[in-house]
Amino acid sequence: MKARSLSTFRNLPVFVTLGLFIIMFGVGSIAFPGFFAVQNFLNLFIDNSFLLILAVGMTFVIISGGIDLSVGSVLALSGMVTASLLEKSHMSPALVIPIVLAMGTALGLFMGYLIQTFDLPPFIVTLAGLYLARGLCYIVSLFTIAVTNPFFRAMAHAQINIFGGNFLSPGALIAIVVVLIGFFVSRYTKFGRTVFAIGGSETSAILMGLPVARTKIAIYALSGFCSALGGVVFTLYTLSGYGLNGSGMELDTIAAVVIGGTLLTGGAGNIFGTVLGVFVYGTIQVLIVFQGTLNSWWTRIVIGFLVFVFCLMQRLFERRKGSQVLRSVQAKAS
Amino acid sequence: MASWRSLTRSNIAWALVALAALLIFNLFFTPHFMHVEIREGHLYGNLIDILKNGAPIMLLAIGMTLVIATHGIDISVGSLVAVAAGAVAILIGGDLAGHPRVPILLAMLAALAICTLAGMWNGMLVSRIGMQPIIATLILFVAGRGIAMLFTNSMQIWLYAKPFAILGQGYVLGLPFDIYIVGFMLLVTYLVARRTAAGMFIEAVGINPTAARFSGINAKNILLWVYAFSGLCAGIAGLVVCSTVMNADGNNAGRLFELDAILAVVLGGTSLNGGKFYLLGSIIGALIIQTLTVTIYAFGVPSDVAPVVKALVVWAFCLLQSPKFRLRVAQVFVRKEQSI
Repeated sequence: MKARSLSTFRNLPVFVTLGLFIIMFGVGSIAFPGFFAVQNFLNLFIDNSFLLILAVGMTFVIISGGIDLSVGSVLALSGMVTASLLEKSHMSPALVIPIVLAMGTALGLFMGYLIQTFDLPPFIVTLAGLYLARGLCYIVSLFTIAVTNPFFRAMAHAQINIFGGNFLSPGALIAIVVVLIGFFVSRYTKFGRTVFAIGGSETSAILMGLPVARTKIAIYALSGFCSALGGVVFTLYTLSGYGLNGSGMELDTIAAVVIGGTLLTGGAGNIFGTVLGVFVYGTIQVLIVFQGTLNSWWTRIVIGFLVFVFCLMQRLFERRKGSQVLRSVQAKAS
Repeated sequence: MASWRSLTRSNIAWALVALAALLIFNLFFTPHFMHVEIREGHLYGNLIDILKNGAPIMLLAIGMTLVIATHGIDISVGSLVAVAAGAVAILIGGDLAGHPRVPILLAMLAALAICTLAGMWNGMLVSRIGMQPIIATLILFVAGRGIAMLFTNSMQIWLYAKPFAILGQGYVLGLPFDIYIVGFMLLVTYLVARRTAAGMFIEAVGINPTAARFSGINAKNILLWVYAFSGLCAGIAGLVVCSTVMNADGNNAGRLFELDAILAVVLGGTSLNGGKFYLLGSIIGALIIQTLTVTIYAFGVPSDVAPVVKALVVWAFCLLQSPKFRLRVAQVFVRKEQSI
């Protein structure tokens, strides 16, 4: 009985996000004709595919109690390198994509190594990663590189029929696969459980004999991999590479993860919550587009407000949890 | 010997060494670097440019130092620069003849008040609700640019009111006016922090908030006012930025400034884990960033590539400050001595 109440308690933020998403989608459906359509829902996957992929990596990082500010820049860099290798070096996509993914993973691995081995704050190390990747973009090229590679063009325009003329893009499919793998890894593998343990208490995790050092480095490598994959998908989405792509996306990603109910202090979180967080973010944008007269800057204000509400909620839950624990201890003592 | 040791141990010494090394490097490799000349009674030259262009980051770094000393961080300052610029621009108005809509001084005060209030909002979230500082300020980081764009109705506003330009373009006694603003803010902050107990209270809160509370310090109010002050500093920096280019661009004003400000503070020897803070160190940190930028440009590196060098410097500096890294290096030397 007690265990169940604890688990519903932990999942409550996710249900709140789900409720919020349903309400927002419902309001849009009532207010705007043509809003309520299966395709409009699938578009959330298509238009936010890269954000979903980044957010899955970020969820692991935040659950472990860290943060990765470099994701937006690494996305841009991966896009630039992809476009440059395809267009300027005329390499085959079968070679380009593994190279880019390896590059992103290596950068993440390096940052993880610095953070873990020398006890440096993740905030500063990944902040420098943000600068580095952003600058490297312009070493690749100062200008936009348009992608004309036939494989990429075909993939970008491909529509995979789900049912009744509703479709998903290949990028969206990749995002869905990443989400499913992310969910599986976080719940059912030793790595996933170690991530939660580190976020709960790093000292306890070390004392339990968990491979903390290795896992922490792997988390940042994973986030780097996700950012690079996000960059490839982003290139599919825009068919170009540009150094300013994805600026500010690191904070959009963090916002989506927080709205999805992942605790910023680490130790608790849910990949599906993160997906809902991205959906809420995407729905706000669609609503503003449908509404037509509202300034698109309202997106940022609404997102800021939602982050505020969700953090407030988290704080209240934490306080109540604290007092619950206290009460149970007192009950035992008496 | 002992004093030499304490000097090399103190973090501010490292910042000074880095700055000196950069300047000496430039002395040899950048032509005309140290050249300062007087033109129309104003001082001109690379060194003056470094001081002048570094002014906004220095202002932000002053506020940021106190925030970081409390074991916090304020990532909203870049957005608040845009908010201040947007507010002052919409109040003065883009009248081509240069007639301000509201008296200029009033417009400036209003912009500063808005930013201070925004800082207090950050402070409320951190001190009263107990949010993590990075998240509490993330809210205004995200929303701030939106608010700035609402002020200016998503347009860039060009200003023509001449007196407002003094702030960012004027000269007093041969030196740019904004340097005096930095000097004034630094002096006031230093006096308040070091000549009263305020600085000690801030450090106490940063080292151990619980202990600080038990020794009778109102930690909540200290946090609140530190964030409010950071907001005020961001507001002043916003006015300077807006006045320098006589333009308010909600999208680009103050972009990535928060990162430069944090970097300046870290370079200046203040630890991100809170506690002891070095105001002068942060100013030196800002100067290092600006000198580095000038050096990179002098070598013909495109401005967009400059962040690569910045990133490498940050990583190197973090490693130098890391006790674990120092220990490892020390171990290498010890081993060598033993083998000899």
